[in-house]
Amino acid sequence: MLRKTLAFATAASAALSGAGIMLSAAPAMAQNEQFIPRLVYRTGAYAPNGIPFANGAADYITMLNERDGGIGGVKLVMEECETGYATDKGVECYERLKGKGPTGAAYFSPLSTGITFALTEKAPGDKIPLLTTGYGRSESRNGAVFAWNFIAVGSYWTAADIAIQHIAKEVGGMANLKGKKISLVYHDSPYGKEPIPALEARAKLNGFTFKAIPVTHPGVEQKSQWLGIRQDRPDYVLLWGWGVMNSTSIKEAAAVAYPRDKIIGVWWSGAEPDVIPAGDQATGYKALLLQHPAGKFGVHGDIEKHVYAKGQGVGKEQFGQVLYNRGLIDSLIGTEAIRTAQAKFGNKPLTGEQVRWGFENLNLTAARIKELGFEGMLAPIKFSCEDHQGADQGRVHQWDGKEWKIISDFYTADRKILDPMVAEQSAKYAAEKKITPRDCAKES
Amino acid sequence: MLYREAGQFKTSYAADMAIFPIRQDRIGVIALLVFAFVGIPLLAHFQLWPLGSDYFLRAILIPFLILSLAAIGVNILVGYCGQISLGSGAFMAIGAYSAYKFGTGVHIPLEFLGTEISIAPLPMIVSILLGGLMAAIVGILFGIPSLRIKGLYLAVATLAAQFFFDWVFLRVKWFTNYAPSGSVAAPDFYFFGYLVNSPIERYLLCLVFVTIFALIAKNLVRGNIGRQWMAIRDMDIAAELMGIRPLYAKLTAFAVSSFIVGVAGALWAFIYLGAWEPLAFSIDRSLQLLFMVIIGGLGSILGSFLGAAFILILPIFLDQVPHALGVPVTVETVSHLVFIVTGALICYLLIVEPHGFARLWSIAKEKLRLWPFPY
Repeated sequence: MLRKTLAFATAASAALSGAGIMLSAAPAMAQNEQFIPRLVYRTGAYAPNGIPFANGAADYITMLNERDGGIGGVKLVMEECETGYATDKGVECYERLKGKGPTGAAYFSPLSTGITFALTEKAPGDKIPLLTTGYGRSESRNGAVFAWNFIAVGSYWTAADIAIQHIAKEVGGMANLKGKKISLVYHDSPYGKEPIPALEARAKLNGFTFKAIPVTHPGVEQKSQWLGIRQDRPDYVLLWGWGVMNSTSIKEAAAVAYPRDKIIGVWWSGAEPDVIPAGDQATGYKALLLQHPAGKFGVHGDIEKHVYAKGQGVGKEQFGQVLYNRGLIDSLIGTEAIRTAQAKFGNKPLTGEQVRWGFENLNLTAARIKELGFEGMLAPIKFSCEDHQGADQGRVHQWDGKEWKIISDFYTADRKILDPMVAEQSAKYAAEKKITPRDCAKES
Repeated sequence: MLYREAGQFKTSYAADMAIFPIRQDRIGVIALLVFAFVGIPLLAHFQLWPLGSDYFLRAILIPFLILSLAAIGVNILVGYCGQISLGSGAFMAIGAYSAYKFGTGVHIPLEFLGTEISIAPLPMIVSILLGGLMAAIVGILFGIPSLRIKGLYLAVATLAAQFFFDWVFLRVKWFTNYAPSGSVAAPDFYFFGYLVNSPIERYLLCLVFVTIFALIAKNLVRGNIGRQWMAIRDMDIAAELMGIRPLYAKLTAFAVSSFIVGVAGALWAFIYLGAWEPLAFSIDRSLQLLFMVIIGGLGSILGSFLGAAFILILPIFLDQVPHALGVPVTVETVSHLVFIVTGALICYLLIVEPHGFARLWSIAKEKLRLWPFPY
């Protein structure tokens, strides 16, 4: 009986002290600080890809603090919360972090399409912008309806369009796409399904046969999908995978002898953790670039000098890798939005609503990008009230067995095809949620 | 000393059959309910600790209430009727997607008949209850195999339900109103024309649901039907010989359980997540619910609450301890630690008390009766 009493006492005291600690967790914060919450996943099936991105995003913010003392004299404070790529955990993290700091969260960058969908419902109520660099709801480009989403640099529809343009170039022009077979191997989640409407639209326009082949989460079992591809022999396979699914796809493609240079991954399937586990089998595999390649640029020098030289920073192992660099860009866009907003609201900690103004008025010109040390990584990007994407460009790179090599020029997604889709889907969302679209002509 | 029923005489059948026959229990439960219905809203209104921010409401209390409700549903099936089910996630999903369809308007084109079935969007409360009803119907269908197969084999059969409905909601676009990404967003929640939006309103709505269903469940398991379930659980052949129809007993257990789980699923989707995809109701959710029931205590309504609290809140709490104490560890280490500590605690608890928290609680009550003069 004594043991049971002990067990009970342990459980009870744990529960009580638990409530105590959890709720008193509000460390004192200095007033001149801007809080940046960071939803990350460093564990689970998607950790190999989540870690470099999280490290890049963190190192850039650390570098701003070390080099410039923050932004406009306001120190940036960040706190990570592990989501494990799970939507319900992401929502919990969002609730935990949204109110921290003197003015609350500046913006959220969830790096998960599922969490983005859930937060899209919550952010307008809390007035916190969502920065989704190269992922998220494609129709959230329409800022009149999705006032708080910023799908910076490119959406999955942009990616799908660029991939088809690249295939067209390889086969010798859009006209030659007619009669070709293009299959999409996708992660069976909102993330993987996003490009399908854009590819279907292109299939109708250019006359190729499109087939979508789902792979269930987390994507380690895809034998039957690739056997189907062996029978079907599509001319090209597009890969919309994430985490361990990508390297598995490449290995399975090799197992059925599908040529790797006919596979084109989205920009989330084109990083080092996707190809290195597949070894030599990955040689020749192509993937889209969210503008930026792997490698070191001006900003990397600053990070080495101001962060690593001082023994700080977390991403030394992935320094200069594709996803690390994307993390840098993610933080760049977020922090530049804060800087833009400071120009209007003053050099002080800003609220989410003020940062949103910063996003909508963010204009990164080529000169400014050079000044920030991102030349060669990012083409100019400009948000506005209607356009929450700001750019439509992408490139293609190829894995040569050792490193990624850029093999194409910039493609620009065809907005004549994509804009009506954005308008249609966002109008549907507005009708379903009873949102009255903002009149962008009256603002700004 | 305080907790002793000496002197409490029951002079009527009603008093003898009360849910809480001991006065101290009654007072305790009423105090808890008053605190939940009045105290917490007041604390939230005046922004007092621990409700200074809406984190506690939104991220702890609301999911706790909803998962407790789901755990009650699972407990009826697994704990009271002894039918192991791994399909609870699927029944949550059925509740969520059916409620979504009813809430946004059902439209079934029947072109070959030259007609169509159209139902205008229904009020949210009705949609949620209809979601539960759909889950109950499907629960009965998937409960039919339980008449022939038992134990672990039944668990495998219910696993089929889990994977089947994962597939249905991923593939059949009608259920997601043809959303290109397959993710759906809950419509605004109106309660008799009043928009339920603030965390406290949502909390109260969940609380009302949980209170009503917990009361219904408690009364069901105390009554005729609950006794049939327990007879089937303890020895189905003996129960049959005593005149209990297994068909009726098992299928009612499946129906009631799925109904409650379905309502919980609809609340999870509408109130907690806001936008969801089938992954929110994957096999992980089924296992999580099963663990809640096992750790809380099989065959106990109270156990469902305790189990939900343990499985849901403990990891969240452990996750925040190092940061709150100012220990500089990475989130990676913390989340590994959470797994280790939670797992170890589960093992420890199940070794020390295999009947779960509910049993610990009743042992504590026995001790309190004698305290401070144990003999």
